[in-house]
Amino acid sequence: MTEVKADKIVDARGAQCPGPLVELIRALKEVPVGAIVEVWTQEPRTKEDAKAWCQRSGHEFIGVFPAEGYERVLVRKAK
Amino acid sequence: MAKAKVVVLGGGVGGTFVANKLAKHTDKIEVTVVDATGVHHYQPGLLYVPFGWEQPERLRHDERKLLHPAVQLVRSPVELIDVDKRQLKFLHDGTLPYDYLVIATGSCPVPDEIPGLADGGYHFYTEPSALRLREALHNFKGGRIIVGIGGFPYKCPPAPIEFTLLLDDWLRQRKLRDKTEIVFVTPLPQVFSIPTVVPLIDELFSRKGIKVETFFNTESVDPEKRKVISLEGTELDYDLLVLIPPHRGSPVIDASGIGDKGGWVPTDKFTLQVKGHERLFAIGDATDLPVSKSGAAAHFEAPIVVHNLLQLIEGKEPAAHYDGSVMCFVEAGDGKATVLRFNYERPPQPPKPSVLWRWMKATMNRFYPMAIPRGIALDVMFATLQGKFAPSSPFCGSELMEKMRQSDLRDA
Repeated sequence: MTEVKADKIVDARGAQCPGPLVELIRALKEVPVGAIVEVWTQEPRTKEDAKAWCQRSGHEFIGVFPAEGYERVLVRKAK
Repeated sequence: MAKAKVVVLGGGVGGTFVANKLAKHTDKIEVTVVDATGVHHYQPGLLYVPFGWEQPERLRHDERKLLHPAVQLVRSPVELIDVDKRQLKFLHDGTLPYDYLVIATGSCPVPDEIPGLADGGYHFYTEPSALRLREALHNFKGGRIIVGIGGFPYKCPPAPIEFTLLLDDWLRQRKLRDKTEIVFVTPLPQVFSIPTVVPLIDELFSRKGIKVETFFNTESVDPEKRKVISLEGTELDYDLLVLIPPHRGSPVIDASGIGDKGGWVPTDKFTLQVKGHERLFAIGDATDLPVSKSGAAAHFEAPIVVHNLLQLIEGKEPAAHYDGSVMCFVEAGDGKATVLRFNYERPPQPPKPSVLWRWMKATMNRFYPMAIPRGIALDVMFATLQGKFAPSSPFCGSELMEKMRQSDLRDA
């Protein structure tokens, strides 16, 4: 799974909630359908919020991958 | 030795408070505030204008009268901050040199970022918009009112919640509540951005029959069909839409090339120096700090900016650190309010809403023009009024905040 390549990376490290989720949603607006957005976050809640948001909005939650001091949250724009 | 020229750009809460504190050091510095209009708006009061509970003219103050006599005031819009030449370029004509600059340019709601919002929706974040909403509200006879957050960031995060709760009160007073459905929309997974505050708001909204639509990222508004459409695919009909637009930093920040993509000034979260510009400080809404965009944050930042600026002038390292302190009173409806006190590390623990906190908020609104010119820290004023804590040092804001936060924990 770690080889999934993002089309757009958003560095939201240091941003508090809801910053990383807001940045993720903003980035998804700007990419074409099928593109993958990766957000870097240090907020533990981002992955749960992003997962719940994807369920609600119909986008694909790909997963969360640990990195050094932060997490990479990946989402594919589905529509 | 020539006095250092300190220019403060912007005459809002942060700029005015900083300038008045700096005025006590005019033996070594000259202080000038540059403001586009010279009219100081007490923005928290706009919350009450749509209900007819506050008059806009009472919220406008002559900036000259708020400033210490030793502070010079230039009323002129600025086009550009030229950081290389260390000068401000005025829109109409001329320049103003500085040795040190404090950027206090605030933030602006931008309805145009959501298609249809400017025509189809209302808000209360500026005087003209609050007056438009007042008219619409007073013509309202019942139906569905959608209130909410159109996008991030926006200033004074609790204000839409407060408006919703006051709206409930107002509709009850006018015997329209039974004919009105109130729906609160938010892009977030919960009703408010700070988790520790959510249970209180959930309880208040539930008790008052206010519905909540989470994960609602407004995509567009259709003013003809009176529909608001979310990115998630939800469409809601409305009779009246009160949606707080996302905000941007001041255009002068963009024009000067010193902001990020949102027009916010990258600022050291502790020293409040502008990153990469030693002689520049930023305060309040203008910054990219991870705290609320509010006068309360600017208020707590001001002593840090002043201290560090004076240190720098004396050739020392800026040693004072802002800890992210913010304190704000929040309307809870039914004539009550609560208080949020928090910092970078510690979230707020709002006490149960009470008439005491409502009285505190009303008192602050009333005494604001008297407190700011004298550089009276509102936290100190209220702590003293409460009789709970005696201020112990000029930098006691954070110390007091922590004591009061502990008190909130006991009262929660």
